[in-house]
Amino acid sequence: MNYVKLIALAAVALLAAIAANYGRDLAYTVHMILIMVIAAIAFVYVLRSTDEPKTVDAAGPPTGYMDDVIRYGAIATAFWGVIGFLAGTFIAFQLAFPALNFDWGQPFTNFGRLRPLHTSAVIFAFGGNALIMSSFYIVQRTCGTRLWGGNLAWFVFWGYNLFIVLAATGYLLGATQSKEYAEPEWYVDLWLTIVWVAFLAVFMGTLFTRKEKHIYVANWFLLSFIVTVAMLHVVNNLTIPVSIFGSKSVILFSGVQDAMVQWWYGHNAVGFFLTAGFLGMMYYFVPKQAGRPVYSYKLSIIHFWALIFLYIWAGPHHLHYTALPDWASTLGMVFSVILWMPSWGGMINGLMTLQGAWDKLRTDPIIRMMVISLAFYGMSTFEGPMMSIRAVNSLSHYTDWTIGHVHSGALGWNGMITFGALYFLVPRLWGRQAMYSVPAINWHFWLATIGIVLYAAAMWVTGIMEGLMWREVDAQGFLVNSFADTVEAKFPMYVVRALGGVLYLAGALIMAWNIWMTIRGRQPAADAPTVQPAE
Amino acid sequence: MEKYSLLREIADSWMLLAMLIFFLGTWVWAFRPGSRDTHRDASQIPFRHETAPDADDCDKQCDTCNCRAVPDFLKEA
Repeated sequence: MNYVKLIALAAVALLAAIAANYGRDLAYTVHMILIMVIAAIAFVYVLRSTDEPKTVDAAGPPTGYMDDVIRYGAIATAFWGVIGFLAGTFIAFQLAFPALNFDWGQPFTNFGRLRPLHTSAVIFAFGGNALIMSSFYIVQRTCGTRLWGGNLAWFVFWGYNLFIVLAATGYLLGATQSKEYAEPEWYVDLWLTIVWVAFLAVFMGTLFTRKEKHIYVANWFLLSFIVTVAMLHVVNNLTIPVSIFGSKSVILFSGVQDAMVQWWYGHNAVGFFLTAGFLGMMYYFVPKQAGRPVYSYKLSIIHFWALIFLYIWAGPHHLHYTALPDWASTLGMVFSVILWMPSWGGMINGLMTLQGAWDKLRTDPIIRMMVISLAFYGMSTFEGPMMSIRAVNSLSHYTDWTIGHVHSGALGWNGMITFGALYFLVPRLWGRQAMYSVPAINWHFWLATIGIVLYAAAMWVTGIMEGLMWREVDAQGFLVNSFADTVEAKFPMYVVRALGGVLYLAGALIMAWNIWMTIRGRQPAADAPTVQPAE
Repeated sequence: MEKYSLLREIADSWMLLAMLIFFLGTWVWAFRPGSRDTHRDASQIPFRHETAPDADDCDKQCDTCNCRAVPDFLKEA
């Protein structure tokens, strides 16, 4: 087996070297050199363990849970989170103070290149690592079996993080296919497809070997997330490379079909990556932290089927008043409004899990994080259907209201549930009693919450103002404001938004410090209350 | 028939019906007689096998453990 690996790695390194030599653009060349170096390092690593005498393990193959890869995943989640929030805060200041698009950094550090770096870093690097790590954790515990596939889980972890590095460096070097949330170019897409299939295999293999008869509802959500994202990713990235030695590719679809496929992808990336996947986390971590089973298991089943049946149709609401036929955008609007129901069903199911344990809100900052996350989930799943209505959309579309909506969902729902999951997992994964500092969790909670409120409020104000200014006409029917007028009027709100980002980032830094201290095994200060109050 | 029209025809009729029946079927399945015990058991899954595949961390007997049988809230309501 090791010989096959060695031959494959040597071939990859050689081909990457050739490709780097013939590379037609900077991003491609840099990526091929990167792949060459990684393949060479992996080659040496495999070579050193080849033909070594096997240390015979008396106990046979490992039997416990496979938690090493989850530990790496938890660290990667926190790391990418800080990077992504930092990038977001920086580009927020760039919008307020354009001078921050430094001349010396052009074209690599301008807003246009850093913005996809920020979105991909928070969604795919922070959110994706959180999802992979917690799905590995949850599927093992709820199936009562070790992760299937041995080292395949490691391939998923390293392969996924290589995808992130390729995507992020590609943006900075100018490789993008200009599809929102699907910017990486063709070879990065192909690599992600391989990694994702491996992820699916690990997850399904574990489900197949489960000891529990029933597949717990969290696994249903996680499986739908993996399967649907695979489908979305493949269809939305059907491109033909211009050259095998260049990063540029051309999409198969054109015009409105391309736009429709893009937003079918884009909205379901929200629906299945940021919603179904994170709901899988919610259905495990909230009951665990509350110490109570989910409020209604029946509701969770209906929540699941209703959510996946409805979400897939909601994409066209991104294309109101475009070349898309009216029936299609009406369909998207109607399904978006219906989607409100399963979303709130899920929120209620999560919140009511605390029935009889509401007192924990006072004592347990982790459960508080999960509850605020569900509250933001409820808020943004109300806001979203409302904004998808054509009349509202005519005011809100292309304005900062959309940005505010996305961030109340992403910072509030995805961010807070992930922080809660990290605070839940880190002490367990490293065998510690509790997090190093509980007051620090409280600080994180308040900094993040106030940060989101500042952010969302600023974006509501500026978004609605902008929408109203754009449509304002005088008595003769001429537009009153130029675009630059709206940019000028938005300045105070942009500063407030950036300050909200600073608070959120500060909270994440406190979390990173807290996780670091917990892993190093420092004991909590003597007078700190424990996370789980005695019942 | 043109391929688009054919697919559109199928999607608007049989496919729509099939998906609707499947969706309503999930409701019927969730509320089927005898599902309450299954669901109560399933909702306890997160509280088993916490530390190791074989470990049943909780026998649901102790007074202090979190996972002892919890009253069914739907039933009470």
